[in-house]
Amino acid sequence: MKQTPKNLELSARIISRRSLVLGGVQLAFLGMLGLRMRQLQVEEAEQYRLLAEENRINMRLIPPARGVIFDRNGIPIAENAQNYRIVIVREDAGDVDEIVARLRALIDIDEVELERSLREMSRRSPFVPVTLADRLSWEDFSRVAVNAPALPGITPEVGLSRHYPMGEDFAHVVGYVGPVSDYDLSRIEDPDPLFQIPKFQIGKLGVEARDEEILRGKAGTRRIEVNAAGRVMRELGRDEGIPGADLQLTLDYRLQNFSKARLAGESAASVVMDVETGDILSICSSPSYDPNLFVRGISGPDYRALTENKYRPLADKTVQGTYPPGSTYKMIPALAALQDGKITPQETVWCPGYYQLGNRRFHCWKRGGHGHVNLNRSIVESCDVYYYDVAQRVGIDRISEVARDLGMGTRHELPMSGIAEGLAPTRQWKEVRRGEPWQQGDTLNSAIGQGFTLASPLQLAVMSARIASGRAVAPRLVKSVDGVEQAPPEAPPLSINPQFLALIRKAMHDTSNSRSGTAYRSRIVEVGMEMAGKTGTSQVRNITAAERARGVSSNADLPWERRDHALFVCFAPSDKPKYACALVVEHGGGGSAAAAPLARDILLFALYGEVPPLTAYPADQRERIGTLLSELDLMAPIVPGPGRSRA
Amino acid sequence: MSYLEYNVKTVPAGLRKILYINWPIVVLLTAIASIGFLMLTSVAGGNMSRWAEPQMERFVAGLVVMFIVAMVPIWFWRNVAGLAYGASLMLLVVVELFGDVGMGAQRWIDLGFIRLQPSELTKITLVMILAAYYDWLDVKKVSHPFWVAIPLLLILLPTALVLVQPDLGTAILLVAGGGIVMFVAGVSWWYFAVVVGAAVGLVSAVFSSRGTPWQLIKDYQFRRIDTFLDPSQDPLGAGYHITQSTIALGSGGWTGRGFMQGTQSRLNFLPEKHTDFIFTTLAEEFGFIGSISLLTLYGLVLFFCIVAALQNRDRFSSILILGIGAAFFLYFAVNMSMVMGLAPVVGVPLPLVSYGGSAMLVLLAAFGLVQSAHVHRPRQR
Repeated sequence: MKQTPKNLELSARIISRRSLVLGGVQLAFLGMLGLRMRQLQVEEAEQYRLLAEENRINMRLIPPARGVIFDRNGIPIAENAQNYRIVIVREDAGDVDEIVARLRALIDIDEVELERSLREMSRRSPFVPVTLADRLSWEDFSRVAVNAPALPGITPEVGLSRHYPMGEDFAHVVGYVGPVSDYDLSRIEDPDPLFQIPKFQIGKLGVEARDEEILRGKAGTRRIEVNAAGRVMRELGRDEGIPGADLQLTLDYRLQNFSKARLAGESAASVVMDVETGDILSICSSPSYDPNLFVRGISGPDYRALTENKYRPLADKTVQGTYPPGSTYKMIPALAALQDGKITPQETVWCPGYYQLGNRRFHCWKRGGHGHVNLNRSIVESCDVYYYDVAQRVGIDRISEVARDLGMGTRHELPMSGIAEGLAPTRQWKEVRRGEPWQQGDTLNSAIGQGFTLASPLQLAVMSARIASGRAVAPRLVKSVDGVEQAPPEAPPLSINPQFLALIRKAMHDTSNSRSGTAYRSRIVEVGMEMAGKTGTSQVRNITAAERARGVSSNADLPWERRDHALFVCFAPSDKPKYACALVVEHGGGGSAAAAPLARDILLFALYGEVPPLTAYPADQRERIGTLLSELDLMAPIVPGPGRSRA
Repeated sequence: MSYLEYNVKTVPAGLRKILYINWPIVVLLTAIASIGFLMLTSVAGGNMSRWAEPQMERFVAGLVVMFIVAMVPIWFWRNVAGLAYGASLMLLVVVELFGDVGMGAQRWIDLGFIRLQPSELTKITLVMILAAYYDWLDVKKVSHPFWVAIPLLLILLPTALVLVQPDLGTAILLVAGGGIVMFVAGVSWWYFAVVVGAAVGLVSAVFSSRGTPWQLIKDYQFRRIDTFLDPSQDPLGAGYHITQSTIALGSGGWTGRGFMQGTQSRLNFLPEKHTDFIFTTLAEEFGFIGSISLLTLYGLVLFFCIVAALQNRDRFSSILILGIGAAFFLYFAVNMSMVMGLAPVVGVPLPLVSYGGSAMLVLLAAFGLVQSAHVHRPRQR
């Protein structure tokens, strides 16, 4: 509809008039808002300031008790200990220096810690309580409490603090808690109001960090009325919050303790797994550190000592560390070849000590060669040439496929930090990641667990457990949450013919039970408890032709960092497998000498549930092992008392 | 069609249009948003990255949108008004059916890069369609009952959709905003008297519906109204918001407690302190001077809008500018009344200051329309 000029004239008149009315109304409303502001902020300001300051209604958060972490027997691994501390509120204290001086006349306060508290105080608003002294003795605490009237702004508080009674044993797996840092806050999308509590502790590593949500619980609140001095006048309401849920792990505290003691002095890792349920009974990285140091806030020198140690105590070698698995990998190409019909168990390969591929020679660890080698001998005596040949027939992609079926090259989800994926290489992987085509030589190296192949001790344990049970068992670490038993993960049968698995198990049995086996010295003689295993020695350096001509230098002559890694995978009893174990000694030398004896002891401890009797060992070793076991630094078994175990 | 087309030659073209932007409004909006950045830093305890930085990014994005909208001729916007209105209605229906539920109400559509709140969009498209309608309608007929019923329907349709979400705050803003547009377009005073009467009736109906099976609003909305009427009856429960926010405001005094020194906003865990209740932090930390300054800035935006509307001789443009100015006014007026204890607590953010992306973006796009109307206004030859 077209507006006539007359209409437009009318329109302009109406709009002018009405917009002035509208403007007037809006102005009036603004004026009203302004007057209300004046009323609140100028005329009644005093009254409201009093309300805000002198009689303010405060909400204080009550931190929930963190869930306790138990081992599989209900023994606490991480618990909450009473912690006596002194907090100060700057605006209530008035002269802070004077109050601190008076306080120091009563108790010792660490100079460094005091410095830190004073700095924190100046950074925060005057009404935020700041911790002055932490972890006081009961005597100091009561001395302050008695003198409280002379110490305005000071409050003695009882809180809960995390404590790890087993110290070093569980440091890597359970991790530790620490005060919320600015970094934590920046990382978390919607911070829990609990984080405003000074020095509130959250999980930083391991189970503590990964299951933080389960363990933390929900904050309670306390509505209180406080007066100008900050004193609580009365409590108006209380909402208790929900304590964190308890976790029970699959770990066995005694086996864990024994593993740590047995690995002491080495840079090593061991994992023991139940082959049926996947329960991890011990997962131990050596050397370790005391997580309680981190809860308190570790000192500079202590921390430097940990980071500068060449055995890397802070690293968790069980899941974060990946190593070339060496000969412990050989069951994989063997199973791939059997399954694909590329070899028969009886078929032999001639080992002259090397394998010729074009103009390159791939050497067997035994210079003189093994002669005619069939499947069983190839594992028992760990012939490399046999696997060079087999790998050529099967191809790398198929080998890696079987490797993944057995748990290699995949991340096993456990509530631990920094779990490594390892690597079961394929042609495609190399083309994508390295931008180079796959070479036949790569296949040979990968088949004997060298080259690109990488596995963590956890993955090696999973592989052993899968070979032992014939099922795709998945590792698990959490047995129950808040008293509710968790179902073990599904373990469907492997897609490998059980007959072939039996052949491999037999060969692994022979490895440690026949005279020619590489692990014969580490056999178990107790009938019904025999161990089946496979040794591995993985190079961390290339052997040059010149070196080989001179004779490969022995490990003892090399600096520690260049020695070979020693590996051993095993399970027992070999006829009816119960537990599987994988063990890596970093730069330990040969797998049969450095890794197998340790794994045997740990596996025996798991089978017996205590220090194994000497009758399980070959007669000629009993005396030496008796001494060795008696010298281990073991903890006494804990008798669970009433109330100790809640899980 | 209005006479815009044959004056096109006098309208600036190309990038020269930037010179004709209503710069005072741009400066005022930026000043208001800057106050917002400061307060968002404060409520995050000095942490810029938590709220302030994302808000700055959105503000800059919003300014870009505003300039783009401003560069497009106003007659284009008039021509698509119907389309925009229809689209926002559809989005309201979609959000009702598929939207995410946030804060107990279905309000969002997640587009991946932005969480769109169709009810925000509707406030602007409603003003657009009404302005276009009155531009088209013979001025002499505006008070004819039939021609009054049509815009009423246009207002009530989205209002009903918003009410079922349920979002009482937006529903009130839609009705009030639409009513103001009808008012400036020249609808007879009598209608407004009748509507006010009806509103009183409706309110009493709402109250009498309480506890009956046909209860018209949700329980929490009733509690908010109760609280408004008598906050002292339950200072720690439902009245907590209002009691604490008035204490916060009052304790600011003349000059406030200083940046980041407010005790109320920090210690008492004022809920939604970075969104609907952000004004209390400003008032507590910068006192009467701070809050009256913000109020003045808002007032100046309104002033420049009215001046721009009076300068503009295109009917669509004038009504649009006044309507958008009114929507802006309603936003801050309702929010401030709420935190000062003059109105019940309804979820309305403080425009350009409260944390929130889609509200800010829509508001700046709306001011883009104001700018477009201003740039392309008919000029004397």
